[in-house]
Amino acid sequence: MDAAILQTILFWIFSLLGLAGAVGLLINKNPVYAALSLILNFFSIAGLYLSLGAEFLAAIQILVYAGAIMVLFLFVIMLLNLQDEKGVLKYDARRGAAFVIGIAFVAEMMYVFRSFFDDSVLGDFKYGSVEPIGRQLMTNYLFPFEIISVILLSALIGAIVVARKHTYTD
Amino acid sequence: MEALYPLIIIMPMIGSVLIGLGGFLNPGLRKQESLIGWLATACVALPFLLILHAFLNFDPAQGAVKVELFTWMQTTSGFQINFDYQIDQLSLLMGMIVTGVGSLIHIYSIGYMHGDSGYYKFFAYLNLFIFSMNNLILGDNMVVMFLGWEGVGLCSYLLIGFWFEDMNKAKAAQKAFVANRIGDFALIIAMLMIFNQINSLTFSDIVVADFGENAFWIGLLIFIAATGKSAQIPLFVWLPDAMAGPTPVSALIHAATMVTSGIYLITRVHPIFLAAEEVLLIIVVVAALTAIVAAFIAIAQNDIKAVLAYSTVSQLGFMFMALGAGAFTTAIFHVMTHAFFKACLFLGSGSVIHAMEHMHTVEDPQDIRTMGGLKKYMPSTSRTFWISTLAISGIPIFSGFFSKDEILSSLFFSGYGNTLYFVIWGVAVFTAALTAFYMTRVTFLTFNGQERFPQEKHPHESPSIMTIPLWILAGLATVGGFLGITPLIGHIIHVPHVLNDSWLSSNAGLGDAGGMVTNRPDLINDIHHHEALEWFLVPFSIVIAVGMVMFAIRFYTRHDLAGDQKVKNFFGGFYTAMQNKFYFDEVYNKFIIKPFVWAGTNLVLWFDQNIVDGIVNGTADLISSIGDVFKRLQSGLVSNYLLLLSVGVIVIMTYLIFG
Amino acid sequence: MENLIPTTYSYLAVSAVMFALGIIGVMTRKNGIVVFMCIELMLNSVNLALVTFSKMWEVSSPDTAVGATGSMLVFFVMCVAAAEAVVGLSVIIALFRNKLDIDINNVNIFKW
Repeated sequence: MDAAILQTILFWIFSLLGLAGAVGLLINKNPVYAALSLILNFFSIAGLYLSLGAEFLAAIQILVYAGAIMVLFLFVIMLLNLQDEKGVLKYDARRGAAFVIGIAFVAEMMYVFRSFFDDSVLGDFKYGSVEPIGRQLMTNYLFPFEIISVILLSALIGAIVVARKHTYTD
Repeated sequence: MEALYPLIIIMPMIGSVLIGLGGFLNPGLRKQESLIGWLATACVALPFLLILHAFLNFDPAQGAVKVELFTWMQTTSGFQINFDYQIDQLSLLMGMIVTGVGSLIHIYSIGYMHGDSGYYKFFAYLNLFIFSMNNLILGDNMVVMFLGWEGVGLCSYLLIGFWFEDMNKAKAAQKAFVANRIGDFALIIAMLMIFNQINSLTFSDIVVADFGENAFWIGLLIFIAATGKSAQIPLFVWLPDAMAGPTPVSALIHAATMVTSGIYLITRVHPIFLAAEEVLLIIVVVAALTAIVAAFIAIAQNDIKAVLAYSTVSQLGFMFMALGAGAFTTAIFHVMTHAFFKACLFLGSGSVIHAMEHMHTVEDPQDIRTMGGLKKYMPSTSRTFWISTLAISGIPIFSGFFSKDEILSSLFFSGYGNTLYFVIWGVAVFTAALTAFYMTRVTFLTFNGQERFPQEKHPHESPSIMTIPLWILAGLATVGGFLGITPLIGHIIHVPHVLNDSWLSSNAGLGDAGGMVTNRPDLINDIHHHEALEWFLVPFSIVIAVGMVMFAIRFYTRHDLAGDQKVKNFFGGFYTAMQNKFYFDEVYNKFIIKPFVWAGTNLVLWFDQNIVDGIVNGTADLISSIGDVFKRLQSGLVSNYLLLLSVGVIVIMTYLIFG
Repeated sequence: MENLIPTTYSYLAVSAVMFALGIIGVMTRKNGIVVFMCIELMLNSVNLALVTFSKMWEVSSPDTAVGATGSMLVFFVMCVAAAEAVVGLSVIIALFRNKLDIDINNVNIFKW
């Protein structure tokens, strides 16, 4: 199959699925359903990465986001045993304002993209494989890479400290 | 050795910091009296030796020696003040007086302050004073000098109020500080005017500058500054009160050194005054008034230190008279001799007070009416005190004779230019006679005549650590005058006038005009033209001085303390005015201080409570009411914050795209 | 068919719409966890835009030092997002412990 046709098909499927997942996150009053919609959205973004040729990021997206982070979310939701949120679709002033702001934001972003970026067809794309990313990580981005490990470690400790049951002894 | 000259400035500072901080932080050290005392003395004696070295190696032909430490302040527009010091004839002479007399007084204080709980503080202040005074006289620009000027004012305040538990002493300190402030303010204005005109505050630039019209105002302002520091009318009232401090302080600060800084300053910038003869006239009139008023007051005082204080004011008046006659070297000469004999007198009075205090039977240890006949018990103090009294009275051979005679003759010869000076000369001669009288009176009533103190105990001579400085000062008071011998006598015995002819006024180093001090040119001419008149003037002043001393001795030998009653009858109602110091304090209280206090408590208080507080509180209220409106934005809800944030982002984006 | 072929602009449009949906979600939802998920959605939409830009501008080759900067950025964003998710969820747990409720409209102790 022609690469362009394949890309077209992938793009349309995954962009529509992704937007559907995002809308689902917004309108589901049950947090579990909302989380599942978000997982759908993450999977779709992984697909969009694939259609852009960024294979490594697509894999990471599924592993880290859909796999790890969202599992954590679901786990917490179930741990807390939350009720359904009331009045998700009810109209009020703040919702109206939020909607207007969202529309304005999209409109402005589209305007900016339109005026600054050409709409040329995306061509061949061969950089998203593991090798160039691995090289970069171990050469130019070695220091940030090491720092990331420190950040993850501190997040780990921070999470334990914040979430642990406090026993105050005066 | 020259590399060590910065130590002249630094040593007293180090001593002050070491003793002050050491005693402050470690109460155990406060008991180490001999360590503290001798360390402080060393920190003054070493600079004295260095100055002596500089003095002996000084070559007038080479000009001033500069000691440059570092740049103090600098702006891009060319304003620069350096910590530079200038060692020249004038500063050397002043430096010798300050550190030399200062060393002696330090040694004396070791004995005098023995057992005082503030012993370490006293020596820290004293060293700080020497540091400030060195800045004052060695600084090569007016700003460094001003640093010292303020520093000695501060030390004077600290030391007058040294026993601040006594409210009167604390008040005396405050009075001195405020009176000095007035003069300091004038000095700041003078400095600003000088800088505005010549864009420099270095002395070597100032003395060669032409100030034109402004010379009068600058000179007048500098003189006002000098009246504050050197206790002339109208600002002299603080000096008698300053005797509340420990007696060595009175000797060092309020007799020998600090109070002469006004004379030093005028001498340092004397070309300004030569360009403005009117200021010289103002100076000479004010000085003559001060001298005679203070002399009259001194006659009627019974406190031994008060007599010496008013005598200091009077002698400062003499120095200013010399300045007013344009005889700057003569004024400095009198500064020197006065430093010797007045320091000796004050230290002697300290020795007497010390002895009276230790008897514990006298109510007021400073009152001469409870003294008398002390020479039997205090031979050293008595002899040195008499020597200094003869010196201040102007008895030949002693130093005061030479300097006082020189002042009188310069006043007399100035009369050829302006007859006003003849009148001033008359006042000065009369004041000199009064001086001889009241000094003989106080000395006689203290050391001779009947013993008026309670007889169950008798006073003891002070320890030798106090009497040795007395003897050294008395020796200097005796021979110090030969440095500046009168032209007439010098002519006869072929001794040059060291200060006047060959040294202080040496103009060989014209490149450094800052060090050159010359008297008024026509004055020098007059003296040379009328040498014959000196044959009349010198014997005349000798006769007056000797006659007055002899008269006073005979008078008080016959009447003893009752003599004061005779003096009172002689002066009549005037005596009451003299006793009450001519009501200066009362007048100032009524016409200056009271209105100020009234304005402070009424007008200014109202202004402060309504206008100033109104502005401050109004601003706060305004901010608070604005806050009341806008605080409602702080709903505490994250979604609201994000809403506002997004609106902001959109507004900024719109501006970036379409703006 | 020609009109359907995606361009840079198409990908960016998807990213912008997702971002706007994320904003709306944060502003309207009350459940703390859902709000948090909306933030994750916004992060992901930005990632998508980054990858698109990267593809547009960057010449990439294993031999050169340049290139793949966009991918690197996305990689680091993911790592930080993971850390942030952990900390954020622990905050929510702590909040639930104290209030037995995670409605963020009830958490307004910073109110004037």
